[in-house]
Amino acid sequence: MNPLAVIGRVFLNFLASVGDLTLFAGRAILHGVSGPYYPRMMLRQMVDIGYYSLPVVGLTAIFTGMVLALQSHTGFSRFEAQSAVATIVVLSMTRELGPVLAGLMVAGRVGASMAAELGTMRVTEQIDALTTLSTDPYKYLVWPRVLAGLLMLPLLVLVADVIGVFGGYIVGIYKLGFGPHEYINRTFEFLETQDVVSGLVKAAVFGFLVALMGCYHGYNSAGGAQGVGAATTKAVVSASILILTANYMVTEVFFSR
Amino acid sequence: MSTTEPMIRIRDLHKSFGPKHVLDGIDLDVGRAESVVVIGGSGTGKSVLLKCILGIMQPDAGTIEIDGQEVTRLSRRAREEVMQKFGMLFQGAALFDSLPVWENVAFGLLQVRKLPRAEARARAVEVLGQVGLPPEVADLAPAELSGGMQKRVGLARAIATQPEILFFDEPTTGLDPIMADVINELIARSVRQLGATAVSITHDLASARKIADRVAMLYQGKIVWQGPVATLADSGNPYVDQFIHGRAEGPIKLDVRAA
Repeated sequence: MNPLAVIGRVFLNFLASVGDLTLFAGRAILHGVSGPYYPRMMLRQMVDIGYYSLPVVGLTAIFTGMVLALQSHTGFSRFEAQSAVATIVVLSMTRELGPVLAGLMVAGRVGASMAAELGTMRVTEQIDALTTLSTDPYKYLVWPRVLAGLLMLPLLVLVADVIGVFGGYIVGIYKLGFGPHEYINRTFEFLETQDVVSGLVKAAVFGFLVALMGCYHGYNSAGGAQGVGAATTKAVVSASILILTANYMVTEVFFSR
Repeated sequence: MSTTEPMIRIRDLHKSFGPKHVLDGIDLDVGRAESVVVIGGSGTGKSVLLKCILGIMQPDAGTIEIDGQEVTRLSRRAREEVMQKFGMLFQGAALFDSLPVWENVAFGLLQVRKLPRAEARARAVEVLGQVGLPPEVADLAPAELSGGMQKRVGLARAIATQPEILFFDEPTTGLDPIMADVINELIARSVRQLGATAVSITHDLASARKIADRVAMLYQGKIVWQGPVATLADSGNPYVDQFIHGRAEGPIKLDVRAA
């Protein structure tokens, strides 16, 4: 086969998927904001995304904070710059690692379960059943998930930031020999509001993306159990890639000048 | 059929998936309070026909009128209005497994009619009684029920809002003969009690004989025969004869790929 034709076909398929996804997102938002709303569904998703993700996000954050302190100390002590450890931990956590790692963990936990749940509902005709009961699946299933992702991930990241800094503090005090007072002062010395805000904006974007990809792939799954499995994989992979891509873009918007 | 206009009027309905014409010019009328059963082998487009009427699929060409209103090009909101006239029993029951049985039955009452929960629950228990299920079932999860029980709950959900039009997709598939007969009886009785118009698709002839006033046979995307259920046995139509006698030889060619 002509290799150029293959490249062309792959590219066209990619564009078609992007268009399809954009339509899906637009429909989810348009249908969602116009109501009726389903507060019970909304609450359930918020608890599932926010509350039940706390352990995994918390563990990720504390070990990330700890390893950051350790690694930056080994590196910076060569230049007699150990005092930068606290600043590095807090800036890395709030700007980058908090939102990105929380986003990736939530993509694995929540995005996958959304894709599997909606995919199963699709193949067992539960989504069609919603339509026959005069209920718009975009309003009842997609919008509560997308909105819950958008709202809950920033809260999770706020918690992750605090826990991550605490992890760095533990290592700094008990292993690297910093004084508690000194470490905390250093932590806040160079921290600006914008560092935290940019991280929370990232988190909102990531939460939206994770829920959107979970819903999109689940909603459009076909072909029984195998199709649901494929939808789950696609949801996690595409959400992870989009998180990393969007991370660069948001950083560019906030910090490039 | 009387002189009044039919509840459902389908004209020249077409639907293709790629090169395959699944529906190839369907004309079908369903009168008020009439029960029409569409029979046909697997992959003849029965489900697609039903999904087109329900608006889950968009037909390529043709018109569908519900109660005199053309519905194939309706806006989303207008479509949701029309859907309130419908009740549907799915092949696999399609119960929402995140909700207990009673919330499944009362779904339309809670989410669309906005009834208070206590009232909706009482109504759900009442409807469950109509399909022969005790009140204890109300708090179970759908996954805890057997296939026949799930079908009953699905039927209860379909009739809970007292719709004018009921659809049944393979209501007896996957059930033992006794449970199948129970479901057929329940369907026939519910349709009669509601005075509803009913459209069913099935390949189960016992079921068709029990619930149909009129039978239409679908083959290769066309209605090849329709008539009162009493004339099914001596239709004189070679397709129908082959189908009801279950013969491998005849004009019907089996299609391997699913529609």
